[in-house]
Amino acid sequence: MVNRGWRSWGPPVLLILPSLILIGVFVYGLIGVNFNTSLTDQHHRIGGDVAYVGFDNYKTLFQDDTFVYSLKNLLKYTGAFLVGTLVMGFIWAWLLEKGVKGEGFFRAVYLFPMAVSFIASGVVWRWLLNNAEGDRAGGLNRLFDQVGLGFLQNQWWTDPQWGVVAIALPAIWQLSGYVMALFLAGFRGIPDELREAARVDGASEWQLYRHVIFPQLSPVALSAIVIVGHMSLKVFDLIMAIAGQTNYTTQVPAIQMWVEFTRGDYARSAAIGTILLVIVAFLIIPYLVYTYRQERLTR
Amino acid sequence: MNRTRRALSALVAAGALVLLAACGGSDSEGNNDTSSNGDAASGEVEVFTWWAEGSEKAGLDALVAVFNDQYPDIKFVNGAVAGGAGSDAKNVLASRLQTNDPPGTFQAHAGAELTDYINNGQIEDLTQMYEDNGWNDYFPQTLLDRLEQDGKIYSVPSNIHRANVVWANPAVLKDAGVDPEATYASLDDWISDLQKIKAKGLIPLSIATDWTQVHLFETVLLADLGADAYNGLWDGTTDWAGDEVGAALEDYQTLFELTNQDRQSLDWPDATQLVIDGDAAFNVMGDWAVAAFEEQGKKLGTDYLAYPVPGTDGVFDFLADSFTLPVGAPDPATTEAWLSTVASPEGQTAFNMKKGSIPANTQADTSGFGDYQQTAIESYANDDIVSSLAHGAAAPISWLTDITSAVAKYGSTGDLGGFQDDLAAAAEKNAG
Repeated sequence: MVNRGWRSWGPPVLLILPSLILIGVFVYGLIGVNFNTSLTDQHHRIGGDVAYVGFDNYKTLFQDDTFVYSLKNLLKYTGAFLVGTLVMGFIWAWLLEKGVKGEGFFRAVYLFPMAVSFIASGVVWRWLLNNAEGDRAGGLNRLFDQVGLGFLQNQWWTDPQWGVVAIALPAIWQLSGYVMALFLAGFRGIPDELREAARVDGASEWQLYRHVIFPQLSPVALSAIVIVGHMSLKVFDLIMAIAGQTNYTTQVPAIQMWVEFTRGDYARSAAIGTILLVIVAFLIIPYLVYTYRQERLTR
Repeated sequence: MNRTRRALSALVAAGALVLLAACGGSDSEGNNDTSSNGDAASGEVEVFTWWAEGSEKAGLDALVAVFNDQYPDIKFVNGAVAGGAGSDAKNVLASRLQTNDPPGTFQAHAGAELTDYINNGQIEDLTQMYEDNGWNDYFPQTLLDRLEQDGKIYSVPSNIHRANVVWANPAVLKDAGVDPEATYASLDDWISDLQKIKAKGLIPLSIATDWTQVHLFETVLLADLGADAYNGLWDGTTDWAGDEVGAALEDYQTLFELTNQDRQSLDWPDATQLVIDGDAAFNVMGDWAVAAFEEQGKKLGTDYLAYPVPGTDGVFDFLADSFTLPVGAPDPATTEAWLSTVASPEGQTAFNMKKGSIPANTQADTSGFGDYQQTAIESYANDDIVSSLAHGAAAPISWLTDITSAVAKYGSTGDLGGFQDDLAAAAEKNAG
């Protein structure tokens, strides 16, 4: 009996054991170490004695105006990025679905930006979003000037209130194609029979979308939100490439984590890391629960 | 239909892969694994710097040529890590020191920046080496004072830079009706001329991203407070929250409002280029900027002017690069060979000729140096010496980081009162 049980579950366990150990140590173990560091007073590179200070580091962070500002920035950025990619991605997918000529070409064009790394595209967008105005304007400001839309010239990412939203432009440019591909797959996954059945029942085009197509697309939309959302919360490389690490108007927690790490304030840096993890978990865990339930239902 | 669907799912899968690659790609940092087999017999020394391009790279190459001459049996291994004005290199270095994998020698700014390494017990005391080689007589006492901590010396300086220099374009000044020959006794005199240039629609004072703003800020503090009170900022005798600093901040505000507004998109070479091209009248930058003028065939006195920041005449705002002997270096003998090349008159002449700085070693031959460098050599010998904030000589990195954040925040919000509060808080947090 024992023997039979071992035979049935032993080999699979042995097979995944290496990954279990590696993930246990290098993911969960290190999350634990990071959290542990965030509870200490290790504010410099010197090793030596470190004492536990409980949640003091978190308290100082949330009392720090700059950190609160960076959290707000993250919220604005995520909002702009999510709405931007979902709207653009959906419109492109919808146009292709409607039957635009040369679909293969457009698909490639829209998806292509994703092949470029954030750092590489950031270098180009740094120039496009140059905030000089008038004679010395470059990039988009220059373009606006030349086509007679001079009033559109603006400060881009140096504006203290909405500057961080300018950083979302290149991010939207890069990820919209991916969301388009997701939605297009969603559209194509809806059997024609359903649409025909709805039309036979006398549904108008709007009703067809409202009651037949959108409900079928919602799992796709949810995946898109989770994928784009967690990327957005971790934004780092794009800002480093465009604005640099010390620029105030584009401060987000990941950048601050880097700055604190660079100066050797490991406890604070670890605390910011933990906060980021918690924020991402707020998005990912409900999604995992949802997909798990879905899979159990379909099984 | 089915084919399209399959093609699409392949497309999505490919997209996901690309996405993963894009996420993973960003952490491929330059990894220098060269030191792991640094056994004594192989006779090599890994020199860790952030001198990877421009005049800095040219200087390093010239220094290496002298090293190969003096020690033909030792192999030079370039451990340069580019980017981030040195901050990327410092992160790589910190992790290597922590894992007991130090390079043969690493570059660090002389002065307060070394404090962290000393407190961590990561670099060796070189006092004995100085005595054995007689370096105490070669280097000026003012410099030795800045290298010394608790009576010990931990690094060998390769050069000396001056931070408080104004670069000006005389043609622009003439056009705006400002006398290019004018000398300014104080910031106020200078500001009134800057305003004339602004009225002409040109950029009075060019500036770039945050660290160059810290650089300007430091020279304004120096101009308004004077050398003694400026030094007091770092040992606690000058009050950051006091009126003296407050008045300096107001001057900084005035100057800041006379700068170009696309500052955040530029780095220092871009800001200097504005002066070279005649788009801006003045720029405050360290004397490494001289290389940019000379590379483009500009002549001191006719095509560009260089003098101390108004109000800081007679003060030399100093910074220096230096090399260390890390604790546990793979082969201390080769490191010492490198250090002695760095200290040697030949090495200093070759290096500083290219980098635009002046030799720390007074025995070095400076006859072939450029016009600007000759003036710097003279000033260094006669002026009061103070330590630069923006370049790691005056305050530890942690304090500098806090001041940089405060300057960057002020640059966006324009809140002068908040600026002073932030500075005072930073001083309280980091001093003592």
